[in-house]
Amino acid sequence: MQVILLAIDMGPLWLTFKLAVITTVLLLILGIPLAYWLAYSSSRSRFIVETLVSMPLVLPPTVIGFYLLLAFSPGSGFGLWLDQWLGIRLVFSFEGLVVGSIIYSLPFMVQPIRAGLVNLPVNLMEASDLLGKSGLTTLRQVLLPNIKSSLLTATVLTFAHTVGEFGVVLMIGGSIPEVTKVASIAIYEEVESLNYASANTYSAILFVITFVILLVLNLTNGGYFKGLWKW
Amino acid sequence: MVKAELSKRLHAMGGEMVLDVQLSIEKGSFVTLYGKSGAGKTSILRMIAGLMKPDQGMVDVDGVEWVDTDEKLLLKPQHRQVGFVFQDYALFPNMTVLQNLAYALGKGQPSSDIDPLIEMMELGDLQHSKPATLSGGQQQRVALARAIVPRPKLLLLDEPLSALDWEIRQKLQEFIRLVHDEYDLTSIMVSHDLPEVLRLSDYVYVLENGKVVKQGEPISTLVSNREGIPRFGKLGEILSIDAESLTVLVDNDIWTVPTTNINTHELHPGRKVWIAPISNDVVINLMD
Repeated sequence: MQVILLAIDMGPLWLTFKLAVITTVLLLILGIPLAYWLAYSSSRSRFIVETLVSMPLVLPPTVIGFYLLLAFSPGSGFGLWLDQWLGIRLVFSFEGLVVGSIIYSLPFMVQPIRAGLVNLPVNLMEASDLLGKSGLTTLRQVLLPNIKSSLLTATVLTFAHTVGEFGVVLMIGGSIPEVTKVASIAIYEEVESLNYASANTYSAILFVITFVILLVLNLTNGGYFKGLWKW
Repeated sequence: MVKAELSKRLHAMGGEMVLDVQLSIEKGSFVTLYGKSGAGKTSILRMIAGLMKPDQGMVDVDGVEWVDTDEKLLLKPQHRQVGFVFQDYALFPNMTVLQNLAYALGKGQPSSDIDPLIEMMELGDLQHSKPATLSGGQQQRVALARAIVPRPKLLLLDEPLSALDWEIRQKLQEFIRLVHDEYDLTSIMVSHDLPEVLRLSDYVYVLENGKVVKQGEPISTLVSNREGIPRFGKLGEILSIDAESLTVLVDNDIWTVPTTNINTHELHPGRKVWIAPISNDVVINLMD
């Protein structure tokens, strides 16, 4: 089979990876404290938070996108407040995509980290407490270094999942070139205008990159690279 | 001086149990909480350490209150100056032996405080190994050293030796007694191993179903002294040995046997032996 790779506009691909990198970094900062709280809190409200965090796993992305669109639009109280007080408009903007992606990919970051923490023997934390160490010291020096594979899984899944996002992005971002037109939307539009070759190019690039990312993840977690680099 | 009055409703395997104990422990003594598993020994230790909250009670260490439920006082484990040794060691897998010990240093404590412990626990050659590469006995030595690094007032040992085989156990018992004496500790150990209790502790609390049923000096509290040898052959464990006699623990009796006709080569404390009378003599056979 001859694979046709056409010269295409690389903009959507760059935008996709920019979105994925920013989303992943922000989610790491946000996801670790949230996962920590979910893993160790005895508060009853954690069940509600846990359910909310998991919602994007089962809800159609268009549902999330629809509600975010309503919330972010200047017609709503929240959207108006953002616009007037912070000067941020989250509909049809890149910032809006980042916020949407964070919400959409939240479970992919939080769940592996939470599971990693829960599966650690509880006496590691207790031993650290008894040595007089603060919660933050324990988290940084004992807990996180012992769930490296969970952190790696969470990071890679979040990145890959954001790359594959479509519904949410389309709802709140539309398809503005260089602003909100990411690769998945570009593919959809190329197919719609019957440019199968361009669609194939975008698709093939995404396919290969995603495959490589997940392969590296599996090899790393399977210990294949042990000794090659120090984790 | 450690005073503790602790009461807690526990959900144990056999249903609910009410733990209700009063302990009064002399400064510098080595105390054992002895009893079957499920008697509440570990829960007592965890409440003293601050890892478990009593429903009601108080803990007072050298005149400082750690817990007083009436006053709603519950000191965090971080502020209790407790050394805790877990049954399964709880070493940090991401750190080497030396890093585990260095992590335990308090703020402003010189790292030279680690050196004598490394020497005492014979960890010199293992310093740069990760815990996963060590044997159980080695790991427990590291855990013991780590618990002592911040110079705790109180050393709590939760069945520290029950996962180890008898030979390593003897060695570790010596280490435990050594740090206890060397660092002027008050130690509380949880154990269900009678010979271990007899060898290590100055005082014992016997627990059953969450209550103290007996307490006192270990030998008079737990066993009776017998002269001579058992009437029938029995399996026992050597507690001590000197030029004239051998003391062997058989069931709950301590038999003192003259060593006149016994080849004491290969016999040492902790060894399991088969002890039996033949005419007027005694036969000691090594087990395992």
